[in-house]
Amino acid sequence: MIRLLKILEFALSSLGRRKFKNFSIIVVYSLTITALASVLLLTSSLKKTALNVLVDGPNIVVQRLAGGRHDLIPTDYARIIEKIPGVGRVKPRIWGYYYDSLYHANYTILGIDRGSEQFAMVEGKTPAGDEQCMVGQGVAEAQHAEPGMDLLLINSKGIGYSCEISGTFKAKSALWTNDLIVFTTGALKRFFTMPDGLATDITVEVFNAGEVALVAQKIKRLLPDTRPITIDEILHTYESIFNWRSGMMLTIFTSSLLAFSILAWDKATGISREEKREIGILKAIGWDTGDVLTLKLCEGAVISVTAFLIGISLAYIHVFLLNAPLLVPVLKGWSVLFPRFHPVPYIDGYQIIILGFLTIVPYMASTVLPSWKAAITDPENAMRGV
Amino acid sequence: MRRTKVFLSFITFLLFLSVFFVGHSHHEKRLWRQRELPSARQLIHHFGLTDFALWTEARYTRNPALADFFAPFQDFPAAFEHFPAGSILAPSLPAVDTRLSIGRTAAGFPQ
Repeated sequence: MIRLLKILEFALSSLGRRKFKNFSIIVVYSLTITALASVLLLTSSLKKTALNVLVDGPNIVVQRLAGGRHDLIPTDYARIIEKIPGVGRVKPRIWGYYYDSLYHANYTILGIDRGSEQFAMVEGKTPAGDEQCMVGQGVAEAQHAEPGMDLLLINSKGIGYSCEISGTFKAKSALWTNDLIVFTTGALKRFFTMPDGLATDITVEVFNAGEVALVAQKIKRLLPDTRPITIDEILHTYESIFNWRSGMMLTIFTSSLLAFSILAWDKATGISREEKREIGILKAIGWDTGDVLTLKLCEGAVISVTAFLIGISLAYIHVFLLNAPLLVPVLKGWSVLFPRFHPVPYIDGYQIIILGFLTIVPYMASTVLPSWKAAITDPENAMRGV
Repeated sequence: MRRTKVFLSFITFLLFLSVFFVGHSHHEKRLWRQRELPSARQLIHHFGLTDFALWTEARYTRNPALADFFAPFQDFPAAFEHFPAGSILAPSLPAVDTRLSIGRTAAGFPQ
């Protein structure tokens, strides 16, 4: 142990002789790990949030396809679906999108039944009549609106449509409701001038979660022009969007890994003349190859472990304490309304271990290999730099 | 051994910081599960929401769970996806669970 500590002391003083170079390596290495870990932490947090919350969404959403495209679905289909054993509430839904040319923003408009249910994430009330509506935080901010004020939109006939804002979704629900406007179903039907007997899609409740896939199969058999989307498929979508093979991960992950590979490659392709001379001197004064390799391993470990711990800590601060300001523009794309959200700090230990393995091990290997080559050469040649 | 002491103290500090972050994450997660998760689930259940409101550029980026796999390329045949979100949402190809293979036997197709 004492021997190892002495070698570590020697390694630290050896690193100290090339202060600026090693400091720059630690900075670049830490930033690379920060970028990689930030993406890992943010995507894993969004994925876990989606999987935890969306499980309470509709068991099956039934869409109608016409000519391979999504089309309005006859509400009569609900009666056919209701007769399938094990099916609970079947509800035709009216919803759609609205482009606000004034703010250049897209809103999602959803129709609900009149009700007096209370929601912890709603300030005010849900629409009690056709002349009322409820808006998400993003819509309220874009329109400078608050409960009691009027929201003015243009309906499908090009006529101004005004409704009183009865409530707003609280900021904490912005991740789900930021761009949402909620009307009563009747009001929304008129707003979209949707023909009677048609809906956007149908949600289906299945009593036994184990029968969802079976019910979806039956729906498809009974109504061949429909596309049932089960809750598992919805959850699977979010699992794939935010897994490590997703576009976001691939873009940032590959560029960071490439930067890191250049760093490691630079180390692996050779050590400096000065380092070779140092190894030669050590061998000449009696160090054996094993001691030299331990020394180089210590040097590699000092740099990589320090950079890894700094990188991971910076990533945590960036994503969970500062709400990922550097990644939000990547996520935002062209969205005009983008929710301000606070990622829930889920840390996936497995991903952190993989990240450590992907960054620490190659760097240490790339430090040791050229040193081993220098250590097995004749000390005189090594000192001469041959 | 002065440098070793300084280095080991620094590494210990970084390890403590990491442990603090793990503790912080557990605490925040617990708070979120207690305070926000039930109300978020109530909202999702009542309004039948299926997606994050993250990407509002196009209908297939706003509701990726409900869009078709080919939706991003719908504008015209072989159209390239032009919304930035399209490069973030990689298409999730369905996994095949069961594969049936039907072969001709000496006596012809099985009845």
